[in-house]
Amino acid sequence: MFIRHETIEKNAFLMLLLTLVVISIGGLVEVVPLFTIETTVEHVTGVRPYSPLESRGRDIYIREGCYNCHSQMIRALRDEVERYGHYSIAAESMYDHPFQWGSKRIGPDLARVGGKYSSDWHYAHMANAQSMVPESLMPHYAFLAETVLDTDDLVKRLKAQRMVGVPYSDEAIANALADLRTQADPAADNAALLKRYPKAVQVGRGDGPATELDALVAYLQVLGTMVDFADPANENLRQ
Amino acid sequence: MPTKIEKDSVTGHMTTGHEWDGLKELNQPLPKWWVYIMYTTVAVSLVWIVLYPSIPGLTGYYHGMLGYSQRTKVDQDVAAVVKQRSAYMDRIKDLSYADIRKDPQLTAIAQTAGRIAFANNCQPCHGAGGGGNLGYPTLAAGSWLWGGTLDDIQQSVTFGIRSGHPDARQSQMPKFSGEGMLKSAEIEQVADWVMALRGAKIGDPASGQKIYAENCAACHGDKGEGKRDIGAPRLSGQVHLNGDSRDAVVAQIVNPRMGSMPNWNTRLDAATIKSVALYVHGLGGGE
Repeated sequence: MFIRHETIEKNAFLMLLLTLVVISIGGLVEVVPLFTIETTVEHVTGVRPYSPLESRGRDIYIREGCYNCHSQMIRALRDEVERYGHYSIAAESMYDHPFQWGSKRIGPDLARVGGKYSSDWHYAHMANAQSMVPESLMPHYAFLAETVLDTDDLVKRLKAQRMVGVPYSDEAIANALADLRTQADPAADNAALLKRYPKAVQVGRGDGPATELDALVAYLQVLGTMVDFADPANENLRQ
Repeated sequence: MPTKIEKDSVTGHMTTGHEWDGLKELNQPLPKWWVYIMYTTVAVSLVWIVLYPSIPGLTGYYHGMLGYSQRTKVDQDVAAVVKQRSAYMDRIKDLSYADIRKDPQLTAIAQTAGRIAFANNCQPCHGAGGGGNLGYPTLAAGSWLWGGTLDDIQQSVTFGIRSGHPDARQSQMPKFSGEGMLKSAEIEQVADWVMALRGAKIGDPASGQKIYAENCAACHGDKGEGKRDIGAPRLSGQVHLNGDSRDAVVAQIVNPRMGSMPNWNTRLDAATIKSVALYVHGLGGGE
């Protein structure tokens, strides 16, 4: 029956109990839908974990705050699809921790920038954006080309990704450093790299250890290229 | 302590019936218009929940009576605008360039479509108006690497250059500083000759000419006129892909820079590519 408020306020134990009931209802409403999150990820082929070099490039992307100006989410709106390509789908960022969606468009969306420009262009553009696009207001990142990529904790980083659900195999982790070096040297044999990480783009000049810019360009060149939307297997995207 | 609900003599409001050490609380409820608007929004939201996708379930979600999906909607929107444009774009796709140009209105539409696609996709490398950048060919000067007819441009845009596409244009300049190639003194001499081809008299072009004839002329031509069917740039002109200086010439011989261009057939449809070709052709260098 109806409990008078006065009764609750005067009975600490009852109040504690009812507080717990109320909070757990709120908690369940927020948490339970997440148990069904698998049903919101489309079943498409092609999405793979980032290669070691791409993964480190992503770290640098986040470190430099690229997301402050660039989103990686093409919304399902006609004008966006016409400018940037196929709208982004959840499956494409299922291995992103954290994802890089957003609505900041000080710079263009980067969800499908992979393959749009040559790697050479990215090197020139990162060093001095205005040299390629005079009206650009992007800062210069020339120092990335002079900073050797720190790979000491590469294996730990991949293992940490694995702990949160990115399916790096034991083989992938054992070969992490070799894969990273292969991808940063266009002259290196990339058969094993492509087997583990299809569509991985080799970058750099292979004239020294991989730089942070090599990693960043490798990351940019894979963005949005993993899912082949022309493939009929990937046609039904309605969750 | 609960007390009697009574009218406050000073303000004329009713009290709530609560009292703390003699202080009583006035009951001033929200205005009626505010409360009714709130009830209305709650009622509308219930209608929305029924009509549109709303409640998550264990294996999916409730799709709503209208069956609305943002993804279906955008597909419809894109299809509608494609249909609207198809009156022109289908003709651009099917007609030959000569026939397109016979129709001034269609030409204007193709130029506009080409300009817009160019600004989004081509301008970052080739510059506004096709002015080019160091390492990225100018499209306005008639200094074509692979040919400047409409068909040539269409071919380059569609399949790209060193893009990895099987039909891409391919060419490779050897690294002349490599093992068994040219000595560094010879590279300096041949650079002098390349500068001489451009009209600059420096260094020792005579000995460079011989080295040029043996090593470079097969692709770049005896007089540095270039060969478009293999993408070998013209060296005798005044438009230089990788820079005007002698140092740039030396750098290119020592460690050739070979740019690449994506195959745009994955991003642009056939009619748009033809429009881009028409636009690029009209920038000033078309043949």
